[in-house]
Amino acid sequence: MAETLLDKIWRTHTVRTLPSGQTQLFVGLHLVHEVTSPQAFQMIREVNLSVRLPDRTFATIDHIVPTASQLRPFGDVLAEEMTVHLVQNCKEFGIPLFDLDSGRQGIVHVIGPELGLTQPGMVIACGDSHTGTHGALGALAFPIGTSQVRDVLATQCLALDKPKLRQIRVEGELAQGVYAKDVILAIIQRLGVKGGVGYAYEYAGSLVETMSMEERLTICNMSIEGGARLGYVNPDARTFDYMKGRPFAPHGEAFDRAVAWWKKMATDPGARFDDVVTLDGRSIQPVVTWGINPGQSVEVNERIPDPADAPEADRAAWAEALAFMSFEPGQQIVGTPIDVAFIGSCTNARISDLRAAAAVARGRRIAKSVRALVVPGSQAVAEAAEAEGLHEIFQEAGFEWRKAGCSLCLGINEDKLKGREICASSSNRNFKGRQGSPTGRTLLMSPAMVAAAAVTGEVTDVRELLR
Amino acid sequence: MSPIRRTIVGRGLPLPGTDIDTDRIMPARFLKSVTFEGLEEHLFKDDRLQFPDHSFNQDRYREATILVVGQNFGCGSSREHAPEALRRWGIRGVVGESFGDIFLGNCTALGIPCLTVDVEDADWLMEAVAEDPEREIVLDVENREVLFGERAMPAMIPKGHQEQLLTGTWNATFVLLEAGEEIEQVAKSLPYVTGY
Ligand code: SF4
Repeated sequence: MAETLLDKIWRTHTVRTLPSGQTQLFVGLHLVHEVTSPQAFQMIREVNLSVRLPDRTFATIDHIVPTASQLRPFGDVLAEEMTVHLVQNCKEFGIPLFDLDSGRQGIVHVIGPELGLTQPGMVIACGDSHTGTHGALGALAFPIGTSQVRDVLATQCLALDKPKLRQIRVEGELAQGVYAKDVILAIIQRLGVKGGVGYAYEYAGSLVETMSMEERLTICNMSIEGGARLGYVNPDARTFDYMKGRPFAPHGEAFDRAVAWWKKMATDPGARFDDVVTLDGRSIQPVVTWGINPGQSVEVNERIPDPADAPEADRAAWAEALAFMSFEPGQQIVGTPIDVAFIGSCTNARISDLRAAAAVARGRRIAKSVRALVVPGSQAVAEAAEAEGLHEIFQEAGFEWRKAGCSLCLGINEDKLKGREICASSSNRNFKGRQGSPTGRTLLMSPAMVAAAAVTGEVTDVRELLR
Repeated sequence: MSPIRRTIVGRGLPLPGTDIDTDRIMPARFLKSVTFEGLEEHLFKDDRLQFPDHSFNQDRYREATILVVGQNFGCGSSREHAPEALRRWGIRGVVGESFGDIFLGNCTALGIPCLTVDVEDADWLMEAVAEDPEREIVLDVENREVLFGERAMPAMIPKGHQEQLLTGTWNATFVLLEAGEEIEQVAKSLPYVTGY
């Protein structure tokens, strides 16, 4: 019978059916970071267990690291304490850690693919909600909580219910100035922030097939914002090209054998889905959020909607969002003044994102009233960008060029919004308080759109600057 | 083995709103700790400062053990700090219209059942509990039902989660360990484990 990639990975990784009816699934790669792991290490220590497969476990430090100066000890004592704990836990249990001096440190979802740790056909787990990102390579990547981090550390397994599967087909091609970020924001706008609950998303269609791996990573990254725990793209020639030569990828003849297996793991023609949704890529425009969840968005040239026009169930939420943002119904989103511009996060801080933003920033200056930051997703991204001189383009335009980390995506290092500042952000969440100030406001958009907002001082259709 | 969770009975705490994400439940700045201790003090910190009449600020709900929520509660970040803080505050069960997937799983892992009910029932319960906060809600995990006064509301909970709660196996570590050799066998059958 024709099977999907979800079926195949699920079948090959099933250890047994649990008494609860859930599946015990083997985890091939476990990624660990400093924020959600210390309690889990403590829990296994308390019951005298160890890490089952330390060589299938890798750690990095990303959420709390400062991005201005990374000299230890950190000025923030709590951040320093968490770092010390991570280093000690990794040492005690024999887990490889990509520390700040490794040249390989970065946001967990950026370094996994970049180092070739993330491979097609794998089950991956990480105590972070954006773990679905790794699905871009054709893996099933589960975001988990700290209790499940404990489970994976101790057993290399998870107890899970198999999700339903929705195929999202995006056909056609994107117009200039429209990016992968706009595609996923458009998908979330259409299906809603809880449309994916209980589902995994398979992204397919001619547009997805012609996308680069980095674009696919951006799309899979925000599956969770649409309510789906994970998303994936079937592995294909682009995936195999991307894998080639990465430090942890197979080499030589093993690579050829790997490709043969990876090909077999892709969804078979004629496989069945629980649901199929199709979008026309040509109709997608640059998208900007106006509210406090990633589904509250408009095309850049549209007006902010009126809660009176909302579906009954959303009316109160729209009104709450407008009140928080201090926006009026019917107001144009274009022209909204911004205070901060942030290019970074596991959604959009890879080299192609920085290139797209630099293309807009080149030869321009950021507006006087704007504070602008570029935070590369990893040390490797930073190095590649510096080799191309992107950092100089940004610095000449007035952006700060920072070191790798999560930074203003969640604002638990020094990078935070102040008061009611509005931030044009390439990250993935515009929740109340997300960027470190309880009253701070976030407008999500593509990195090129962030750069456009930075140089004009207000939300701008990037296509006008690209002409 | 943990005690089982067949029914949870207790006073309700109505918390209206849709899409209340885990950043709101537990603002990120409080994640900077290597333990979960004291987290309950920061529950809904920013919302509570902004809205003095926030449900978690109201004394009449201080005895509550069952949280009543709206749509898509607990969406967003996977931080277990959110359900941990709720548990430490005294919450033992949650009932609402719908939940974020990861949040629901994290709650189960702590032995906290999350039951979903129809939108009409959820709306009714939200108001009814606010009017009568001393009356107890019954979350019947076994029969998938929520009771409040005269009204019985059919409820949903994913089968696997229900079983874990009814059999006291929500701490999955020991159940997973029982597989022993079988884990090794699956590992050995996977090309990427054996070097392709
Ligand atoms: S960049 Fe943001 S979303 Fe991504 S892992 Fe870091 S904090 Fe989470």
